[in-house]
Amino acid sequence: MSSLITCSHVDFGYENHDAVIDLTMEVEEGDYFCVVGANGSGKSTLVKGLLGLLSPTGGSLVVAEELRKTGIGYLPQQTAAQKDFPASVREVVLSGALNRRGNRPFYSREEKDMAKQAMKRLGILELEKRCYRELSGGQQQRVLIARALCAAGKMLILDEPVTGLDPQAIQDFYRLIRHLNREEGIAILMVSHDMANIVGQANKILHLHQSVVFYGSPEEYGRTKAGQEFLGGGIV
Amino acid sequence: MKMIGEMLSYPFLVRALAGGILISLCAALLGVSLVLKRYSMIGDGLSHVSFGALSIAVAMGWAPLAVSVPVVVLAAFFLLRITENGKIKSDAAIAMISAGSLAAGIVVTSLTTGMTTDVSSYMFGSILAMSPWDVRLSAALSAVVLALFVFCYDRVFAVTFDESFARATGVNVSAYNVIIAVLTAITIVLGMQMMGAMMISSLIIFPALTSMQVFKSFRAVVWSSGIVAVICFCLGMAASYRFSTPAGASVVLANLGAFAAFWAAQRIGAFLAGKHK
Repeated sequence: MSSLITCSHVDFGYENHDAVIDLTMEVEEGDYFCVVGANGSGKSTLVKGLLGLLSPTGGSLVVAEELRKTGIGYLPQQTAAQKDFPASVREVVLSGALNRRGNRPFYSREEKDMAKQAMKRLGILELEKRCYRELSGGQQQRVLIARALCAAGKMLILDEPVTGLDPQAIQDFYRLIRHLNREEGIAILMVSHDMANIVGQANKILHLHQSVVFYGSPEEYGRTKAGQEFLGGGIV
Repeated sequence: MKMIGEMLSYPFLVRALAGGILISLCAALLGVSLVLKRYSMIGDGLSHVSFGALSIAVAMGWAPLAVSVPVVVLAAFFLLRITENGKIKSDAAIAMISAGSLAAGIVVTSLTTGMTTDVSSYMFGSILAMSPWDVRLSAALSAVVLALFVFCYDRVFAVTFDESFARATGVNVSAYNVIIAVLTAITIVLGMQMMGAMMISSLIIFPALTSMQVFKSFRAVVWSSGIVAVICFCLGMAASYRFSTPAGASVVLANLGAFAAFWAAQRIGAFLAGKHK
C-alpha cells in the first residue's frame, strides 16, 4: 500500500507557539485514521496543516503526488450560518468541483456530470433541487460529503462530523463512511470525540495532546492507560 | 405615465434615478453575501463611519468623496478583521465604532460650521445630492460588482457558503472578503448622500432578506435581490415625487412593503402546500 501523507517529527503552529509538536504518522491508501484528543489538543491545527492551510514550522510533511494533484476532500464543522442558507443541493455539491476548474469562469459538462455522480453515490440525487436548509442533519451531511467527493476522490478529512446529529443519523453516517472506505477505497481521516463508535471502525488511532500520546492500532490503544481513560468505561 | 415623463424632465431627478438604480443594484448583490455571512452589521457600521468622514470633510472644506472613500475602505478592512477574529465581541465593537464616528462627525460640525443642511442631508439623504460625477462613479462601481457576480459567481458562492471548505479547495477567501468589503464601502459612501446615513444599510439588508423568504437557491436569491432592489427604488422615488416625501425614507418603506409581500407569499404558499398534503 502506498503512503498518502507522511509526517516525520512535524510541528504545526502559529506565530509564537506550536499547537502540535513532534508528530510522526502516516496515512496510507485505504486507511481509516482516527484522531482523538481533548478540546484544544491541536486536532484542528493538525487538520489545517494536512489541508495545506498552515505550513509546518518544523519536521517534514510529504504529501503524495496524486493527492497534491486532486486535493483532499474536506468536511468542515458546520457553521450556524449554513443552517438556514438558501442554496439548492446541486449548487452546494457542484461547488466542490471549483478547484478542478482552474480559471475558467463557468462549470463544464464534465464537472456537472461529476456532481451528479457524487449525488447518486450518496443517494441524494432526488434531493438535487431541494433547499439545503430544509434537509435533516443527516441529509445535510451527505450533501457535504458529496461536495467533498467532487473535490477529491482519494481521501476525505472529516472534522467532528457527527456533532449535532441524532443517534440514528450518526449510525447511518458511520455506515456510509465505512462503505466509502471499504468498497470505494477512499482513505478517511476523522477527528472525533465519539470514541465508542470509532474504535470498531478505524485501523489507526492518533491520540493528540499537543504531542503524540498514542499512535497505533485501536486494539493496542484499548490496552494503554491513556486509551482506557479516554474511552471511559467503553471497553473494560 | 404622465408623472414619469414629468419626473424625467428634471435633470437632477434623472441623475438621482440613474445613480440610485445602480447603487441599489450593487448594494443588493453585495448584500446577499454579507447577510448570509452574518456580516450585515458591517454595512451599518460603515454607514456611520461614512457619515463621520463626510461631515468632517465638509467642515474642513475638503472634497467629501476624496476623504471619505479611503477612510471608509480602511474602516471596512478593520471591521472585517474584528468580525473574522471573533475574539472581541464583534457586534459590540461595531456598535462602538458606529456611535463613535457619528459623535465625532456631529461634534466637529457643530464646532465649525454649525449643523448645516449638508450634514442633515447626509443623515437623512437628499435627492439633490447626486452630481454627474457621482453618477459616473456609480456606473463604474456597478460594472465592477456585476463583473464580480458574473465571472466569479461560483467562487462568491463558495466563499459565502463555507469559508473553510473554499479555503481548503484553494480559493483565496481573504481576497474575496476584502473585495466585497471594499465594494460595500464604496457603495455606502456613494449611496448615503442620497439615502442618508441612517438608511443606506437597508439597501444592503432588505433585498436579500426579502428574497430569502421565498427563494431556495442561491442563484434565485441573487437574481431576485437585484430585481427587487431596483423595483423598490423606483417605486420609492415615484412615491417620493408624488407625495413630496423624503426620497431615502420612501425607498426604505417600499423595501419594507416588498418584504411584507414576500413574507405573506411565503406563508400562503406554505399554507397551501400544507393543505395539499
